[in-house]
Amino acid sequence: MTPLLQVRDVAKFYGPRVGCEAVSFDLWPGEVMGVVGESGSGKSTLLACLSGQMAPDQGVVIYDTRDRGPMDTRAMSEPERRMLMRTDWALVHQNPRDGLRMGVSAGGNVGERLMAVGARHYGDIRARAVDWLGRVEIAAERVDDRPTAFSGGMQQRLQIARNLVSGPRLVFMDEPTGGLDVSVQARLLDLLRGLVREMGLSAVIVTHDLAVVRLLADRLMVMKDGRVIEAGLTDQVLDDPQHGYTQLLVSSVLQV
Amino acid sequence: MSEYNFAYLDEETKRMIRRAILKALAIPGYQVPFASREMPMPYGWGTGGVQVTAACLIPEDRLKVIDQGADDTTNAVSIRQFFEKTAGVAVTEETARASLIQTRHRIPEMPLTEDQILVYQVPIPEPLRFLEPRETETRKMHALEEYGLMHVKLYEDISRHGTISTAYAYPVRVEGRYVMDPSPIPKFDNPKLSDCPAIQLFGAGREQRIYALPPYSRVVSLDFEDHPFEASKADADCALCGAGDSYLDEVIVDDAGGRIFVCSDTDHCRARRAAGHLGAEGAPYEEADA
Repeated sequence: MTPLLQVRDVAKFYGPRVGCEAVSFDLWPGEVMGVVGESGSGKSTLLACLSGQMAPDQGVVIYDTRDRGPMDTRAMSEPERRMLMRTDWALVHQNPRDGLRMGVSAGGNVGERLMAVGARHYGDIRARAVDWLGRVEIAAERVDDRPTAFSGGMQQRLQIARNLVSGPRLVFMDEPTGGLDVSVQARLLDLLRGLVREMGLSAVIVTHDLAVVRLLADRLMVMKDGRVIEAGLTDQVLDDPQHGYTQLLVSSVLQV
Repeated sequence: MSEYNFAYLDEETKRMIRRAILKALAIPGYQVPFASREMPMPYGWGTGGVQVTAACLIPEDRLKVIDQGADDTTNAVSIRQFFEKTAGVAVTEETARASLIQTRHRIPEMPLTEDQILVYQVPIPEPLRFLEPRETETRKMHALEEYGLMHVKLYEDISRHGTISTAYAYPVRVEGRYVMDPSPIPKFDNPKLSDCPAIQLFGAGREQRIYALPPYSRVVSLDFEDHPFEASKADADCALCGAGDSYLDEVIVDDAGGRIFVCSDTDHCRARRAAGHLGAEGAPYEEADA
């Protein structure tokens, strides 16, 4: 079996400052990788490099494409990369406003990816949109409402539906639960966990919330100052942190 | 006459515009940037169309200018007078006699011929503009043929109104490649874009773009398989000439809700009345009308 995503020595610099440096890992099919660390530790930079939003200054990111096997995403042509973004990959932003078209109805938002790959039957597109709204627990009668009429949690779920409708294999999530209150967070996590298991998705989840990775991630990387300081199975890292910073991070979680 | 260079613009400018036109004809539906000049009229009054017309005019031309199909509205009259004054070309209101027609938002009812050029005034050349505000992004979408977003707009129409309610500026695909805004012509006119013997040129002055359809281009209106494109018009006959197959304007005739429908193409209506056709409200044609 080949890894779905092979990351080798990726680095990104902002002038003299380090965005992220010397990051290497393999992501296997069906695996969820968590990336945690404090603000400014390079998590989002790393995610942007992996998902093709940003070109890394060093290193390679090799993705196992469906039809042509492992390919370096940086060496791909732009149309190929954008095609991946629309079909095989999904990107869930922290702020749903970045990932949704706020002026377009919920159904149109979900249907956009289908239309982008050539769906031209209104009835089919709508049926799939309604189906996906149901799977993320949005009532079917809200299909024609705009995201502006949705609550924050619903917007986030809509963004997830919009991304997963094309049946991607790899999902990049940037703080998917940021800005949501705890009960909504819990439901969203429950939903995400169900979808990831059911669809056999691979995912890279960037977050500062250890509870999120505890629930979703199989493996965990801890970042500080642009470098990975500790990596391993999630439970192992969280229950027996070795690095001083990880110990600090784990002990900083407030207990209720 | 001697104060102006022929057709107002200087020769260098006309050459620049002609180069853009040739490029536009070579890549049907592609928006070619050009260095739009300030014209002695405000943006939105057809500065793009006027520049394209000026670059195409020759002294032997016979010019017709229409605004929403009418020869006698302010915009049409002033542009016609502009070229009479600066180019000294002959003008006409008859579609069949014109060699160059500048139009705002209509295609004449009478089929055009290979000897004619149709110049459109375009306010916003980018069909994806209201869905994607970034010009860098829309250019990339055109380059990579990423046109799914155009269907999102049509999807929104159907979900909100039950049918594709876009009635003008209805997006088309040219020769299976570029998606193009046909300028705000009613979608009734969309089928006339395709396989047209005349050269069709589109000029957007403020947005500094020229695009074109060479003769006999294949132009397809976008739609869904289960909601096919439909060229629509008001469900009535022209009250003056009785035409049932021409695009109609609604005219309010009193303050008690009375209204009639008349041909938007005034020349078409006049010609039909001259030939003896009479609608419900029409008076018999007299030569003095013309």
